[in-house]
Amino acid sequence: MRKIRELIIEKSLFSSALITILVTIGIIVVLSIEAVSFFREVSIVDFFTDTQWTPLFTEKHFGILPLLSGTLLTSFIAIAVALPIGLSISIYLSEYAPKSFRRTVKPLLELLAAVPTVVYGFFALIVVTPFLQEIIPNLSGFNSLSAGIVMGIMIIPYISSISEDALHAVPSSLREASFGMGATKLQTAFKVIVPAASSGIIVSIILAISRAIGETMIVAIAAGQQPRLTLDPTVPVETITAYIVQVSLGDVQHGSLEYRTIFAAGITLFAFTFLLNTLSYRIRKKYQEKYE
Amino acid sequence: MAEKMEIIAENPIKKKMTLDRIIDPSLKKTSKIEVTDAKVWYDDFNAIKGINMNIKANTVTAFIGPSGCGKSTFLRLFNRMNDYVDGFKMEGKIKIDGNNIYKKKVNVEELRKDVGMVFQKPNPFPKSIYENVAYGLKIQGIKDKKFIDERVEKALRQADLWGEVKDNLKKSALALSGGQQQRLCIARTLAVEPSIILMDEPTSALDPISTAKIEELIYQLKQKYTIVIVTHNMQQASRISDYTAFFYLGDLIEFDKTKTIFTNPEKKQTENYITGRFG
Amino acid sequence: MNSIQKNRWKDQAFKVWGILCTLFGLVILTIFIGDILIDGIRRINWDFITNLPSRKAEKSGIFTALMGSIWILLLTTIISFPIGVAAGIYLEEYSKKNRLSGLLEINISNLAGVPSIIYGLLGLEVFVRIMGLGASILAGSLTLSLLILPIIIVATREAIKAVPSSIKDASYALGASKWQTIWHQILPASGGGILTGVILALSRAVGETAPLIVVGALAYVPFAPSNPMDEFSVLPIQIFNWISRPQPGFIENAAAAIIILLGITFIMNGIAVYFRNKWQKKWK
Repeated sequence: MRKIRELIIEKSLFSSALITILVTIGIIVVLSIEAVSFFREVSIVDFFTDTQWTPLFTEKHFGILPLLSGTLLTSFIAIAVALPIGLSISIYLSEYAPKSFRRTVKPLLELLAAVPTVVYGFFALIVVTPFLQEIIPNLSGFNSLSAGIVMGIMIIPYISSISEDALHAVPSSLREASFGMGATKLQTAFKVIVPAASSGIIVSIILAISRAIGETMIVAIAAGQQPRLTLDPTVPVETITAYIVQVSLGDVQHGSLEYRTIFAAGITLFAFTFLLNTLSYRIRKKYQEKYE
Repeated sequence: MAEKMEIIAENPIKKKMTLDRIIDPSLKKTSKIEVTDAKVWYDDFNAIKGINMNIKANTVTAFIGPSGCGKSTFLRLFNRMNDYVDGFKMEGKIKIDGNNIYKKKVNVEELRKDVGMVFQKPNPFPKSIYENVAYGLKIQGIKDKKFIDERVEKALRQADLWGEVKDNLKKSALALSGGQQQRLCIARTLAVEPSIILMDEPTSALDPISTAKIEELIYQLKQKYTIVIVTHNMQQASRISDYTAFFYLGDLIEFDKTKTIFTNPEKKQTENYITGRFG
Repeated sequence: MNSIQKNRWKDQAFKVWGILCTLFGLVILTIFIGDILIDGIRRINWDFITNLPSRKAEKSGIFTALMGSIWILLLTTIISFPIGVAAGIYLEEYSKKNRLSGLLEINISNLAGVPSIIYGLLGLEVFVRIMGLGASILAGSLTLSLLILPIIIVATREAIKAVPSSIKDASYALGASKWQTIWHQILPASGGGILTGVILALSRAVGETAPLIVVGALAYVPFAPSNPMDEFSVLPIQIFNWISRPQPGFIENAAAAIIILLGITFIMNGIAVYFRNKWQKKWK
């Protein structure tokens, strides 16, 4: 009797765990079905080579490159901000700062990641852009620079927290050996500790990139709605995610080609983040083994 | 007697054993635990190489031997705690009161109500003293508060802890000292009224005074229970046990009355270990 | 300067740089919050909270969006909490080291990194269209539940991992079954940690905008929801909508609404941290 009850409980718990697999299957199936329908009408070659994205205009172009460049440009700026700052923070906290400072500061930094992104979007548009316009006179009201910088601020904790954990996990014996030879903290940090923690640091960077690529609200509010294949950070662009929002807010017919464009864009986005996440998972597993 | 009847109604393994004891008291004298050619593997590692042993009821048996030679593994065969370890495989028979406990139909949870265990590091639950001792009864579905209260008091008295905690049963168990916590763990085991108590180095984490208290306790408990204790401390083994088993690298080298093992062992290896030439 | 002095100087310089970087993020956050307070605090009054949105900025309020957020929060909790905790218990206590469990683990790790807007697309097809729930609170809650599920699962696992195995040994040795051990010992001991994780996950859900936009939450809703099948808006979407309006009055509204949203977020995070500290004390 008891055995049956235990079995039922185990099976119910198992089915909850199984839901996670269903979610992944659901995402892949949904995106694929709509994308396949889309690609029946639009050639894949056009999708990847056309330099214009104008599915909502009368003259329709379906090249993903402008959206892709918008996504990559904003993400690049974000990483350019977050990487040096995040890494420096992690090295400072792990190698220099007193324990009490580290303990108070770490949760405060994680607050940065807890702020809703719509709030960051507000800030990018209303404060950062006007501020930058003083410095860069022909900065457009919507641009990838403001959005990228603010996104960078948001993802600082992704890099700093995970890297700091990785640096902290390096055994003290390595530090002691280096100090024993007369090296400074800086030399020890960069020549010994960072290389030893490199896989953890790389994981944090990959996760940050993945986060930046998938970000929606900051870019939807501040980067613009003009798909443009460009490297110029001062002009409006549109990211994949902002495009999906734009269509969702509008009156697009379910089942139409325009409707399917959000899935084509979505599956592209998913492919990128999926690859990045799998890569970071592999690296993380390999580096866990090293320390076990 | 009424209590015995209640136990019989609830508990199939206990049923047979209790009835046996009522019907034929001389059964007490024969093997309580009978091990026939027991072998244990963890994946490919042969941890126990083929051991035969008979343990009599109401005795204290000590398992001694150097670290890593299988004493704890062997001990845990008696309450099937090894079942949780990945890669565990056993062969042979282990009979308690004549019943093979590794038969498929044996209910492991029932087994553990008859074979209790005290661990090396005291591991009280993060709950009150009362809740700790009552836990074993609550999971059997017993709801009668008066019954539980009585059993809790009885167990705490038997574990020589009642005087120290009786005014404070709601206090957290974690607030007790190490020695008190271990006696609490013993009380917790006694509350379900097992017939065998297994102890895996129960005093190695305790100070000498607490150790002495628990050794005194073991000496008293053997009147009602069968006790098997793994110990690293040979003096402890010679102090409190009736029988001693010397293990080495997964084999049982010698098993005899404690007096014999420590004054006149049969095997040279035993003598070498006792006199400290190795281990 | 010889090389030893140069190295010392570089060392000190980096130390200063490190402190500056650390303070940079916090200073910026303070500037943001300060700016938003300046922009919006005057707008907050009882009318603002109880008014419905309107074409006139001064008359607009957050009532419908706030109600929508509360509905979403409650429904998402009801859906995601049991499933997430159950899955976490299964993965930590029951699953053996085989191919399936490895797959489950890598899958959850992947789901945690999927952009939130993709969950919106999933919710749009499956909940809104295929299951016919329309752009309802139920569809929105289901979508957000899937989004935060990996967070809850990971938090549950971490909390359970922290329970010492000696407690489990003691419980099994007394004849408890697996589920009895989980119910009577492991869950009470890990409860604080699980609660912390769930509250943090829900605080994230409250701030989500993109997936709900895709699912069809409206920007302009003239009524507060009264049942799970109603259409709805939420606070972040209301903020987004007001930011997109050109009239300056709406910027003030947006700032004010942000103050309220941040207030809710920080209170939830605060409660979570409170539980985490209380729970960690238990083990000291």
